[in-house]
Amino acid sequence: MDLKEKLVSSFLAFENKGGLDLDSNVHDIRLKAIQNFEDEGFPSKKDEEWRYTNLKPLLKHDFSLFPITNDAVGFKNIKDYLINEIESYTLIFIDGVFSSFLSDTTHDECDVCVISSALTRPKYKMVIDNYFNTIAKENNSLSDLNTAFTKEGAFINIPKNTIVPKPIQILNFSTGSEKEVMLQPRNLVVVGENSHVQIIERHQNLSKNTTLTNSVTEIFVHKRAIVDYYKIQNDTENSSLIDSTFVSQKMQSVASVHTYSFGGKMTRNNLEFYQEGEHITSNLNGISILNNKQHVDNHTLVNHKFPNCESHELYKGIYADKSTGVFNGKVIVQQAAQKTNAFQQNNNILIDNGATINAKPQLEIFADDVKCSHGCTIGQLDEDALFYMQSRGIPKNEAIALLLYAFGNDVVEKIKIPQLKSRISKLIAENLGVNLGFEL
Amino acid sequence: MLEIKNLHAGIDDKNILNGINLSINAGEVHAIMGPNGSGKSTLSSVIAGNETYEVTEGDVLLDNKSLLELAPEERAHKGIFLSFQYPVEIPGVTTTNFIKTAINEKRKANGLEDLPAKDMLKLIREKSELLEMDRKFLSRSLNEGFSGGEKKRNEIFQMAMLEPKLAILDETDSGLDIDALKVVANGVNKLRSKDNAVVVITHYQRLLDYIVPDFVHVLHNGKIVKSGGKELALELEKKGYDWLK
Repeated sequence: MDLKEKLVSSFLAFENKGGLDLDSNVHDIRLKAIQNFEDEGFPSKKDEEWRYTNLKPLLKHDFSLFPITNDAVGFKNIKDYLINEIESYTLIFIDGVFSSFLSDTTHDECDVCVISSALTRPKYKMVIDNYFNTIAKENNSLSDLNTAFTKEGAFINIPKNTIVPKPIQILNFSTGSEKEVMLQPRNLVVVGENSHVQIIERHQNLSKNTTLTNSVTEIFVHKRAIVDYYKIQNDTENSSLIDSTFVSQKMQSVASVHTYSFGGKMTRNNLEFYQEGEHITSNLNGISILNNKQHVDNHTLVNHKFPNCESHELYKGIYADKSTGVFNGKVIVQQAAQKTNAFQQNNNILIDNGATINAKPQLEIFADDVKCSHGCTIGQLDEDALFYMQSRGIPKNEAIALLLYAFGNDVVEKIKIPQLKSRISKLIAENLGVNLGFEL
Repeated sequence: MLEIKNLHAGIDDKNILNGINLSINAGEVHAIMGPNGSGKSTLSSVIAGNETYEVTEGDVLLDNKSLLELAPEERAHKGIFLSFQYPVEIPGVTTTNFIKTAINEKRKANGLEDLPAKDMLKLIREKSELLEMDRKFLSRSLNEGFSGGEKKRNEIFQMAMLEPKLAILDETDSGLDIDALKVVANGVNKLRSKDNAVVVITHYQRLLDYIVPDFVHVLHNGKIVKSGGKELALELEKKGYDWLK
């Protein structure tokens, strides 16, 4: 039985175990989603959007869909993956199961809790009905698959006029309790008018076993709200991640998603922004640093529907050995979206001959009074800069690392949490093999 | 101190230097002048170890040891310094961090411990004052958005920090206004001692009013066609280079 059949045939049992009211909207949504998935199946290289990312080898694994969880995991096992230097709310999931013991949730000023309870409690029915699966793309078989099996994940519901006092960290661990595991976390983030929240998300495999995570996050940003969402992707070499994040913004809001891809076997980021009002700003930042046979695919979409909005997109990539990168940046400026400012930049450095990047800026502009720009570069290291540094006594290897570090630095500069910034800097230095004698 | 013997070098299949002989002793200042394309910058690049150029014949010796097999950083550790005609911008690395790294690498290569932070700061303060540098440049990314003059000043600041045995100033005067030129020249003069030497590469005599050379050499078609004292520079200024060809 292949993975698709296995998933489809497990659906009934899954729903029955879920304890959901079969008359609820969510049940209907799931049912529709599994039907869509059954019709569409996994995307293949024949799909334009998947031309450069091949899921096939990954789908051959005999994944456990509902892994047993490892209760023995304690704080000491996970603390390295938390940003400990800051006070934060934490949502910790172990093998797809929420760990209330390790987490720090709240219902005081806002709800920072889990979607399993939001899906079942009457208190949250309105929020779920209004938002759940409303922007996760229909007929996208992978997010449909996640929707069908939605069970656990973060539920963050911020009322209006609330500045969440500390960042929220969402960590998904897999412990290797089974040899091959598929996880499908589902996050829902609703940020009310004038509110502000910072979120850090990470997926981490604690073992050498194989993991495939198919994660979906929906983020709703209301009038004048500000959301900063940071994704740390530094997983082990047997871990793969398909992340689909959908952002819907109302007027005058600012939403930023930052993606740091350093690890993992295969990572696919689908990031989609929908602007539903005027004077909206959307920021998309990413940096990939890959080696060996790692693969990272950043697929982004910004859909400008209203006038006077902005989008700023900056993706950088450093590819060594036989690693491959994909960047597909689609920007749609609809006819009504006059006075749009849309900027996209994608810079790549190939360190070794075997490394590959497939970059595709894709601008579809239907309005005539707009400022749109895109720049895409693929290059090697700047030899003049290398010689300059060497001539000052800095050995070649260190000069290379320092240059690469500096190349990625403007993405790091955009991090607004200082402790996170220094952690990301450290991860970058580690991944480049630099021993920096100073903090940048 | 530095001995250049019958040096031939080029890029790809093109010969640029066609047999240069030059001997520089400690305590001396040499000026190398010449028209565009005469090989001035190639000579400085070859001494500093730029691998773009291939040395086909001859040798370059520092204290009787050949430099040619050494990487640029090893040459730097032995005391060669090249002030670039076009200093490179390195976004993301501050001037302070860059120079700290450079100094400690040099110390490491010479078997010394890292310079303690306190001493480093003191040194930075001292040398930046010598060059009348605005302190805010030190915390900015190296050369990023600096004007031509600021970049050159930064080069001499780094030279002052690294205290090289042999400093080569490649067109350091270009892009400098007269006030900045005086400051930079003053900086170089203060760093002169009986133990080090300076090679000034320039188009114009102007800089040599402030950094007075002991010897002036004229380079043409990759060869030194005339050498003399500082008065040669004035003569060149008056007559141009044509009479030497």
